[in-house]
Amino acid sequence: MRSVRALAVAALCWLSAYDVSLAEGPKSGGILRLYHRDSPGSASIHEGASYSFNVPFMPVFNNLVIFNQHVAQNSVDTIVPELAESWAWSDDKKRLTFKLRKDVKWHDGKPFTSADVKCTFDLLMGKSQQKFRQNPRKSWYNQVNDVAVNGDYEASFNLKRPQPALLSLLASGYTPIYPCHVSPAEMRTKPIGTGPFKFVEFKANESIKLTKNPDYFKKDLPYLDGIEFTIVTNRSTAILGFVSGKFDMTFPTEVSIPLLKDVKSQAPNAICVVEPSNVSTNIIINSSAPPFDNLDIRRALALALDRKAFISILFEGQADIGGTMQPAPAGLWAMPKEMLETIPGYGPDINANREQARKLMQKAGYGPDKHLQIKVSTRNIPIYRDPAIILIDQLKTIYIDAELDVVDTAQWFPKVARKDYSLGLNLTGNAVDEPDQSFYENYSCESERNYTNYCNREIEKLFDQQSVETDTEKRKKLVWEIDKKLQEDVARPIILHSRTGTCWQPYVKNVTVMSNSSYNGYRYEDVWMDK
Amino acid sequence: MLAYIVRRLFLMLVTLFGISVIIFVLLRIVPGNIVDILFDAAGYVDPADKANLEKELGLSDPIVVQYLKWIGGLLHGDLGYSYVSEKSALQEILPRIPITAKLAGLALLFSASIGIPLGVLSAVHQGTRLDYALRVVSLSGLSLPSFWLGLLILMASVSMLGWMPIFNPNPQTWAEAFAIYCIPAMAVGFRSAALTMRITRSSMLEILRQDYIRTARAKGASESSVNYHHALKNAVLPVITVIGIEAAFLIGGLIVTETVFNIPGVARFLVEALRWRDYPIVQNLVMLIAVVVVVVNFAVDMLYAAIDPRIRYGD
Repeated sequence: MRSVRALAVAALCWLSAYDVSLAEGPKSGGILRLYHRDSPGSASIHEGASYSFNVPFMPVFNNLVIFNQHVAQNSVDTIVPELAESWAWSDDKKRLTFKLRKDVKWHDGKPFTSADVKCTFDLLMGKSQQKFRQNPRKSWYNQVNDVAVNGDYEASFNLKRPQPALLSLLASGYTPIYPCHVSPAEMRTKPIGTGPFKFVEFKANESIKLTKNPDYFKKDLPYLDGIEFTIVTNRSTAILGFVSGKFDMTFPTEVSIPLLKDVKSQAPNAICVVEPSNVSTNIIINSSAPPFDNLDIRRALALALDRKAFISILFEGQADIGGTMQPAPAGLWAMPKEMLETIPGYGPDINANREQARKLMQKAGYGPDKHLQIKVSTRNIPIYRDPAIILIDQLKTIYIDAELDVVDTAQWFPKVARKDYSLGLNLTGNAVDEPDQSFYENYSCESERNYTNYCNREIEKLFDQQSVETDTEKRKKLVWEIDKKLQEDVARPIILHSRTGTCWQPYVKNVTVMSNSSYNGYRYEDVWMDK
Repeated sequence: MLAYIVRRLFLMLVTLFGISVIIFVLLRIVPGNIVDILFDAAGYVDPADKANLEKELGLSDPIVVQYLKWIGGLLHGDLGYSYVSEKSALQEILPRIPITAKLAGLALLFSASIGIPLGVLSAVHQGTRLDYALRVVSLSGLSLPSFWLGLLILMASVSMLGWMPIFNPNPQTWAEAFAIYCIPAMAVGFRSAALTMRITRSSMLEILRQDYIRTARAKGASESSVNYHHALKNAVLPVITVIGIEAAFLIGGLIVTETVFNIPGVARFLVEALRWRDYPIVQNLVMLIAVVVVVVNFAVDMLYAAIDPRIRYGD
């Protein structure tokens, strides 16, 4: 009898929690209005290196495969087919073959075929006659020999060596398929895709408009008639716009923790979620010049960090401590907490860490009477500048007097490339929670994005070892080992991994915010509005 | 008079030429170009790709060649194309001009229609409570930054009306159309209204102490005739000068106001173009602003003669 009653109570709770509108089924129609935080440089996702491109233009395209748009944690297990019907690895894991859908048309009516897949990846690998203006993710395909087609509806990736991570890279929002018959220049201004929404117009600094693709290959989708992005660069205006109901949704993962409080107090009905974004705040060190060519000083720097103070000041406690890979539970590859705490500087006793740091500084010739004078360079943007100021304050505890050197965006990378800095406060966003992307891009000796030129051939071997490993558990252990070594080498000390908020009005349904990437969740084909 | 106008037109051309050189050189002295920014966004630089893009955009040409190409194009009505949007610069700039012109015009109208009458009132009632109150209003207008005032207006309209007057290219109602232009115009025009009020007041006070005003009163002229017919007509010259100068300075206030109210006008576009080092847009926009300022100054000079017949040019 008791169990029957419990069952009845549970059923009642479930019914009351169940969204009545969902029971009625999705409704078609309506224009989803969002604000956009800035004006993306173009409409070409492949030429962009910011999710400012992905959010408005991902709905225009399709990938071969994609992370399930309603599972917050991206992983190889959540990858689903999109333009491909299925995929298969060869026995030696050096060939990945996709069977393609036959019912797909580009927005201009031309049929989608395997030639488009080949064209896209030839462009990305720099093998095509036509060139992108910039190609920031060329290195993702370093292990791909070529893309071969077999008829109109089969394409194979031939690899130099096994690379299980390739499938995850192909599932990223950064990997749409482009049409062969449209030039890269046209794709920057008038993109043609196969996706649920067609591009209508992009007025720089003003708006981006998309309309429903009535010929979308997925039956009855999309639900929305269109999506409109109003470019609002002033954050206060944007938030007020959302609060007043001018926008149905904020720009994804753009609401900071302090602002989230404002939103909730002014629009109590708004639905807001806070998720990790796989963006780390870190320190880049010029180890090729004094004083940071001295390993003791680099280690002292790592020991001086009070990560909890950064998190409490900047994120009101809502951020995570970790190594290179995004911390658990959202991150798939994070080393266990016990292992993390054995790394110098990650231990809970900050005073003991700093005492050790001061000893290292004294060994290097500095002390209470002789402080080390340096500059902390960073971009003139609050999310860079604010942690830099806290860093400067913390460095004082180990005899380092640092001065803030704010650098205009146009000068930031040239300055870093010239090695015209001692310490830099940097942000690194990872498009995919995948060690291959993170390790090779940021720490590999030959990588263009390895700003610090950190180069350790031993670790490089481990990069390759984990990259070919097909057993996930074995690979995880290798990844932990690498991450630990990178932190011990003070390659690029990670301060924190941020969390950010996204809000939408209660009538917007079926939005899922990804928890281990802010680049992959914007297809919006089955988002609908109960209005 | 004709000789004066010809001389002024010639001087205007020389000024514009000077401005064109200064803009062009200054833009290229500022570190970083569009290619640096594009590659900074991508996070790395492939020197070969960078060089190719610089060549494609004409940035590898000597500076003199770049200048001559720009001026040559300008004289033929070809403003070049935006490096960012890859559209013609004319196509990018033209639709934004009416938006900013409306906003600037309304701001100046607001400034003159509020500033001059209140300045006169303040002078005529010098030392009274009304005068003190108006002086407080003018001081607050000078000290409140327009971005702060703009945000305050937005916050007030959201919390009190549940609505905010940010730009909408297709306003649904007359009230909305009025609000999206007039409220930002008031926010940006408040400062110039305050300045106009102060200048009008001090100018009026000076004129009201002149002998001919005393004579007019002695001859039995009414107070309103003395104030508005005799005094204001003579006091308005410095006010016109200030309004002319304010028209030039307005662009600074508009940058902030257009950003806060999200108005896709010329001023905000100029800042964005500068951020991207989109030279063709910046050069042409600054030239456009320079032309407006030079023409407004010229018009103000011509107005002097119309208002005060004692002023003669070319004598």
